[in-house]
Amino acid sequence: MIALLRRDLVLAIRAGGGFGLGLAFFLILCILVPFGVGPNPDLLARIAPGILWVGALLACLLSLDRIFQLDFEDGTLDLLATSPLPLEGVATIKSLAHWLTTGLPLTLGAAPLGQLMNIPQDAVFWLVCGLALGTPALSVIGTFGAALTVGLKRGGLLISLLVLPLYMPTLLFGADAARRGAEGLDATTPLLLMAGISAGCVALLPFATSAALRMNLR
Amino acid sequence: MDVKIENVSCSRGDRTVLSNVSFHVKSGRALILRGANGAGKTTLLRCLAGLTPPITGALSFSPDDVAYSAHADGLKSQMSVAETLEFWGKVYGAADIMPAVGAFDLKSLLDRKTQFLSAGQKRRLSLARMVLTRRAIWVMDEPTVSLDAHAVSQFARAVETHLSAGGTAIIATHIELGLHNAAVLDIGTFQAEETVETDPFLDEAFL
Amino acid sequence: MSIWKYANPTQFMKTSGWMLPLFSVLATVCVATGLIWGFFFTPDDFRQGSTVKIIYLHVPSALMAINGWLMMLVASLIWLIRRHHVSALAAKAAAPLGLVMTVIALLTGAIWGQPMWGTYWAWDPRLTSFLILFLFYLGYIALWQAIETQDVAADLTSVLCLVGSVFALLSRYAVNFWNQGLHQGTSVPVATGGRSISDVFFIPLAISMAGFVFLFIALLLLGTRTEIRARRLKALQNREMRRETSNQQNLHAES
Repeated sequence: MIALLRRDLVLAIRAGGGFGLGLAFFLILCILVPFGVGPNPDLLARIAPGILWVGALLACLLSLDRIFQLDFEDGTLDLLATSPLPLEGVATIKSLAHWLTTGLPLTLGAAPLGQLMNIPQDAVFWLVCGLALGTPALSVIGTFGAALTVGLKRGGLLISLLVLPLYMPTLLFGADAARRGAEGLDATTPLLLMAGISAGCVALLPFATSAALRMNLR
Repeated sequence: MDVKIENVSCSRGDRTVLSNVSFHVKSGRALILRGANGAGKTTLLRCLAGLTPPITGALSFSPDDVAYSAHADGLKSQMSVAETLEFWGKVYGAADIMPAVGAFDLKSLLDRKTQFLSAGQKRRLSLARMVLTRRAIWVMDEPTVSLDAHAVSQFARAVETHLSAGGTAIIATHIELGLHNAAVLDIGTFQAEETVETDPFLDEAFL
Repeated sequence: MSIWKYANPTQFMKTSGWMLPLFSVLATVCVATGLIWGFFFTPDDFRQGSTVKIIYLHVPSALMAINGWLMMLVASLIWLIRRHHVSALAAKAAAPLGLVMTVIALLTGAIWGQPMWGTYWAWDPRLTSFLILFLFYLGYIALWQAIETQDVAADLTSVLCLVGSVFALLSRYAVNFWNQGLHQGTSVPVATGGRSISDVFFIPLAISMAGFVFLFIALLLLGTRTEIRARRLKALQNREMRRETSNQQNLHAES
């Protein structure tokens, strides 16, 4: 399994854009939003936590269809499914690799990029905490969506339609935590709830993901 | 390991392709599957590999004893030959990749990225993976595609080695491999007629 | 005699053949009675005026929007556990119905909201969760449409329905947490124990709700029958195609 993780990371780096793509998208968003709503610092500060969360979500979505699609097309997925690795494990590792290449860079990049949006200093801590706790759920849920659509020619758009509603609770709690942080309120409750969602997703969704993969490989 | 299947029916998509396939391959022997395009060779092999559960019938072995080689090579163009073999070696718990390298003469290619390999070299790399699996039953789908005569005999030798160690092989191929212990089965004889058992929507008393 | 015998397509077609007209009549009678009674023969509310009468559409459709998803959940479970084709097709047929019910609930809610709250849309927890439910229905239907192999489509949509149900429930509570809303509490006694509206309004509402249940069942039976016939057609076409190819091969072999 560690070999699989290492292989996925190596491929992400060598194929180019593995680490950078999501982050670049995030950066573009942080530049475009002020262009769209105007440079008023108060307004930007107020919407920054929400925009950054939505941005993280979309950046995550961007790379989802690559999780299984390439392996499916070149036949690797068949070989992995017949290998001694449990498919649940493969699903978990794929999510982990996706998180390391998108969720983690986004979490680390959110603080500096937030400055572009005039994010209140109090909110930065909660935003980063929220992203650290919430992006694992985004990756795991996204892997599930990718498994559902792996056999489809044009799965890209469908993935968004399937995955976005599933992202809703994470987004609500995450953005709420950051907003409360910005207003100087206590943000632990939404953070804990979100951590609970992440933990539940990480524990249970790989089973659904591997079931979907098996169905698609049949 | 003995491979015995009885009255197996398998389907591809919504269609039942084969029905009532039965055969018995003893340990140390190979079975060559033949049949026209679309006869269902791939479907049967995927069923044996455990990817598609059979609709009816029973397999005498667990999918955990099967090493499957698909039509596609399953190689990553950004990884070198050595990395590929090491990866699969780790997955199957084989520490030493040299037997596989030796069997398919890949030594000079070890550091090359797979995107710079020719089709035949890719195929050899893909087949070398089978040696690393150390599993008793080899299930292979058109393994000799784009191999030259020399590589085919190399492959046949690898299969012979596997068989003489007590393994079994089930191979779909159109060319003569020259294996000593091989039987041939034409799966054209198992063509399925859709029936109510395989598709309940064919019930005559339906509408 | 087991309940599962109805999962056989043949048996289902036979049973639904006489159930469909029955439920259609029941649905027509109840919906017509409930709506006409509700619209024309109930007094205006002292605060809301006649706008309150949209409740006879709004509440039943909202009820069926949620129950439609629950029904899909049960049907999906039956398909995953027992692999009864009728169950999968019933779930498939239920999705568009649930979607339409959700849209009706959202639209009537918006129309009602304008005079009541002064706005068509507010990010109120109930409204928001219905919007999320709408997205879930869309995704579910889109997945059915996208996959060609019917059994695989049934498998994957069932898994989506299971996972989606959990997340829909989570969203429901997350939304509550996120924004306390304008929406009044439930007006129907089942949930609260005591009812908040008087019998004058409640009886036509109950009739209308029953009518929507019957309407849903009737449309569901119709939809499932259509899906079964479509599958039957496909199975026959498959067999014919198979026979033709094998005939051609035989001719080829003879010549």
